[in-house]
Amino acid sequence: MSITISNLTKKFGTQRAIDNISFNVETGEILGFLGPNGAGKTTTMKIITCYLAPNEGDVKVNNFSILENPEEIKKMIGYLPESNPLYNDMPVLEYLEFVAELQNVPKNKIAGRIGEMVHVCGLNVEKHKKIGELSKGYKQRVGLAQAMIHDPEILILDEPTSGLDPNQIVEIRKLIRHLGKQKTVILSTHILPEVEATCDRILIINNGKIVADGTADMLRKRAQGQEVLRVQIGEPEVRDSVITNLKNLDSVALVDFDPEIKNTFIINSKDSRSSRKDIFYMCVNNNWVLTEMTPIETKLEDIFRELTTVN
Amino acid sequence: MKPIWSIAKRELKSFFDSLVAYILLVVFLGVSGFFTWLFGSDVFLVGQATMQPFFSIAYFTLFFFIPALTMRMLAEEKRSGTIELLLTKPITDWSVLLGKFLAALILICIALLLTLPYYITIWSIGPIDHGAVWCGYFGLILMSMTFIAIGLFASSITSNQIVAFLLALCIGIFFLIIFDVLSNNFTGFIGELLSYLSLSTHFDSISRGVIDSRDLLYFITITLFGLILAETSLSKRNIVE
Repeated sequence: MSITISNLTKKFGTQRAIDNISFNVETGEILGFLGPNGAGKTTTMKIITCYLAPNEGDVKVNNFSILENPEEIKKMIGYLPESNPLYNDMPVLEYLEFVAELQNVPKNKIAGRIGEMVHVCGLNVEKHKKIGELSKGYKQRVGLAQAMIHDPEILILDEPTSGLDPNQIVEIRKLIRHLGKQKTVILSTHILPEVEATCDRILIINNGKIVADGTADMLRKRAQGQEVLRVQIGEPEVRDSVITNLKNLDSVALVDFDPEIKNTFIINSKDSRSSRKDIFYMCVNNNWVLTEMTPIETKLEDIFRELTTVN
Repeated sequence: MKPIWSIAKRELKSFFDSLVAYILLVVFLGVSGFFTWLFGSDVFLVGQATMQPFFSIAYFTLFFFIPALTMRMLAEEKRSGTIELLLTKPITDWSVLLGKFLAALILICIALLLTLPYYITIWSIGPIDHGAVWCGYFGLILMSMTFIAIGLFASSITSNQIVAFLLALCIGIFFLIIFDVLSNNFTGFIGELLSYLSLSTHFDSISRGVIDSRDLLYFITITLFGLILAETSLSKRNIVE
């Protein structure tokens, strides 16, 4: 089930929370929505879930428009809002039943679906408690359970792992990965490793505009531009001749050395070239031992910072 | 229809889980019973087998109780953010409103149902005008519908329960007293209009046993008006300039 977002704009007063953004999400894709606070992630999600109407533009889910058929779209979407609002005075099971009724789950299937959600989200121990008595992590699981209760085709999760402990985070990520095989998932988060761990595609949004769109690898390449290698060659004594030889290589743009470890060098290759082979043959020709050669990857944090602090 | 009932069921459960319902029922029965049987112009002072004393006291008690019931209905959902959860489910804003309206109305009907022993007791001590009694109950239900709609509107425009409560009382007091008082000071069209707007004019004629279509129209119009305003205020989030 695909989502097409075209020329979406939402203004709050004079401020443009999102500014003419367009993108597609395909079936079976897990899209990670990244951006600093106030970038427009939550607003976009609220528009897709038909809670807010856009000023301009449209969202189409399977050819249904949010402007014309919101009821149809709402049926297909499971939504976990940002602050995970819940009825604290309701017991977990009663709450899930209430949501199942609202989502039009057939009466004879409600008990089965609730059982499955309690199992999948690990709520079995706490299922008879009132929601207000649960810890934050368990509340988050209840929020996830209510979003998935009607087995929706599309899951929209606004910061799904916030408040969970590391074990729970791993479990929830696994669950999202698993769900993403058949369903379309859009999730927003501040935790960058999470996006790498769970998402097929990353969309970075800043000041209401999309500043990057692609897989984690694509974004890295784009940000990095050139290959950076960390290389350890020979003994410390031959350092100077190693540097000279490295500088003479055709594909090498810049050589830097590690002041701590005398025989370790940081090498920048020239744009769109790789110097790995040249370095290897250089070592062979000079009879130097090559003990390390590691590509240095730009961290997603760096890309994120670079893209979202420009303005 | 199904989502309306689901929402009404949830609201009713939360009334009974949070003691609100029990407090309301006990205080309502206590106050109305006290003034019907023991104090003021009670049945024994009037010396007639009539439910009039009950209706006039229930009229004021409900005026205070209904805003207390409706104040949290939307304001609390807005404050805690659960309104977003509700409105992103495949239901309309109207289903949410009507569900809540129905829940409050059912609770009021339960309260009124529990006063039937008063009726039976008075019936057993003298000849009673049955028509007037049933009309009186009907009038109380109509009046409750009006106040619930006003209360829902008040609750829909704020996320603070106290503000919602006070606002509902403020609007209610116009219909209950102020229009009536003002209508005495004006003549001609304005006087008539104010007198028409006053709730007591319509309630009195119904509780005397006269059901006029104009009175029915009045209650239904105000109820609808309150609900439409509440719906408008809920859907305000979607208005784009």
